[in-house]
Amino acid sequence: MTTSVAPISTVDAEEPPLKATDRAKRTLSRPGASLAALVIAVLWTLPTFGLAVTSIRPQLAAKTTGWWTFFTDPQVTFENYRTIFSERGGNLGSFFINSIVITVPAVVIPLVLAALAAYAFAWIDFKGRSFLFVVVFALQIVPIQVTLLPLLKLYVQGGIAGSFATIWLSHSIFALPLAIFLLHNFMREIPRELIEAARMDGAGHVQILFRVLLPLLTPALAAFGIFQFLWVWNDLLVALTFSTGTQTNPLTVGIFNLQGTLGSQPHLLAAGAFVSIIVPIAVFLSLQRYFVRGLLAGGLKG
Amino acid sequence: MRVTVTGKLVQMFIAIAVFAAVVAVILFVASRMKGKGRDRNVAFLFLVPTAIFVLVGLVYPALRTIYFSFFDAPGTGFIGVDNYKTIFTNSDLILVLRNTFLWVVVTPFVATAIGLLYAILVDRARFEKIAKTLIFLPMAISFVGASIIWKLVYEFRPDQVNVGQIGLLNRIVVLFGGPPQQWLINEPWNTFFLIAILIWIQAGFAMTILSAAIKAIPEDIIEAARLDGVGAIGMFRFVTVPSIRPALVVVLTTIAIATLKVFDIVRTLTGGNFGTGVVANEFYSQAFRAANLGLGSALAVLLFVLVIPIVVYNIRQLNASEAR
Repeated sequence: MTTSVAPISTVDAEEPPLKATDRAKRTLSRPGASLAALVIAVLWTLPTFGLAVTSIRPQLAAKTTGWWTFFTDPQVTFENYRTIFSERGGNLGSFFINSIVITVPAVVIPLVLAALAAYAFAWIDFKGRSFLFVVVFALQIVPIQVTLLPLLKLYVQGGIAGSFATIWLSHSIFALPLAIFLLHNFMREIPRELIEAARMDGAGHVQILFRVLLPLLTPALAAFGIFQFLWVWNDLLVALTFSTGTQTNPLTVGIFNLQGTLGSQPHLLAAGAFVSIIVPIAVFLSLQRYFVRGLLAGGLKG
Repeated sequence: MRVTVTGKLVQMFIAIAVFAAVVAVILFVASRMKGKGRDRNVAFLFLVPTAIFVLVGLVYPALRTIYFSFFDAPGTGFIGVDNYKTIFTNSDLILVLRNTFLWVVVTPFVATAIGLLYAILVDRARFEKIAKTLIFLPMAISFVGASIIWKLVYEFRPDQVNVGQIGLLNRIVVLFGGPPQQWLINEPWNTFFLIAILIWIQAGFAMTILSAAIKAIPEDIIEAARLDGVGAIGMFRFVTVPSIRPALVVVLTTIAIATLKVFDIVRTLTGGNFGTGVVANEFYSQAFRAANLGLGSALAVLLFVLVIPIVVYNIRQLNASEAR
């Protein structure tokens, strides 16, 4: 969640010259600083690396020796992955599909609705605009926990409990305040002259939104899109609350349940967890630029 | 199997098609609007879907939850503030409050300290980009995934001949001659081993924001301090930290709020057992496992109430720094 915009520039995190830290580093002595950075980097990488190695080790090896043994006794197998994708072993393929089915609409719906609302707040003059915007801004602080019980009841009354629709709707609802806030900020940065010129040419609101703003907003939409993708793909609470079984459970719930049933099978658990983290990591690495930009623009939902 | 997969994908496409149709209607009507009230009507059209979502999905449920926090377990009998009394008097729940306090105090400060240190260390270093990506990567991983990753680190095997440790942490302990520990079970330290996971996730966030803030410090300030002969520590204390103070406040408060609501890590690894419960997890247990509507609602409201002072502090600090 965001509380407000960080008053820092959205300039790309690249190199302006001469920094306050130069001096600090020099006195810390280069080797010392490098060593400290290296220690942190290793600490942050090693656990995930251990997971990846464990996931390709045979059952007996994984259960009796640590993953580092791999380097003296390299045994590789893909049996773990075969097992967790099988019907009996974990049926992860089905959860994988569910994650995709959940994520796509849960990203598209709030993105489009927020773009419309953000445009109204940014570029249409109407009575009560600032008040309504403050309300939307304030709603960002509502923890989703506060809404879950009554929402579940509404879904039951509406006869859609247990369906994908409940998860799509919930994620869309929870995303809207932050999405509107972020997109509004980006839209306000577009020079007024551009909008005025389009109006002079007789363009209506819909044309301005699609012809003038959206092409310029691609980075902003991408930034929020990645946020929301990571949020939905990685969510456990919403899925655990509204998804009622294997028909709709996403990967996170699948892994969560595996941890209960396969807690003593580290090789299978590792393979399952690795499958669940590989998609967001790939998306993240390929679109990191947009993600960082979004972060700096002041958004982190929690 | 194949049928259900197709069926699910079809469901997804239908949902998107229906949504697209609704949006198309809104846009079509909006583009047809003319005359004096056009602006107001278009704004109304654009805001209606959001208003419905937010009113039905956020405002109404939040009010209803507050209402039910004054009711008993089945939600039928009004019991005043008894649920809140329970939270602050029941010994199990007091432990939950203590743990939540520990999480919210430890996580933001440690994650921010590590993020700041790392941002300074790798600033303008040769491999800055890759170095930052490594720390940042855990942000992309689900809390469940991170929990499994760390479960492997914390893995415990009884201390017997011929039994090797498969968890990295116990392997190191044994290497130095110590007895292997059940990190996730031994109270009260287990909570700190859970907190470490969230620090691991959040440090990258802190580093990214603070690194950008450090790079934005105006050169003349640094030069002036340098001419005054300010040393490394002085530079950090009197130039770096004051310059990035607003970013520090945002990072600390953002992580604090995220920490307050942390649920997945505790749920996945201990389920709140062994004295590791936190408010967000206890809320889930009460609301969806114990079917205690009243107490569950009260715990959710408590989360809400605890977020507010952090947000207020954030806004105040930002206003103060803008006024300066």
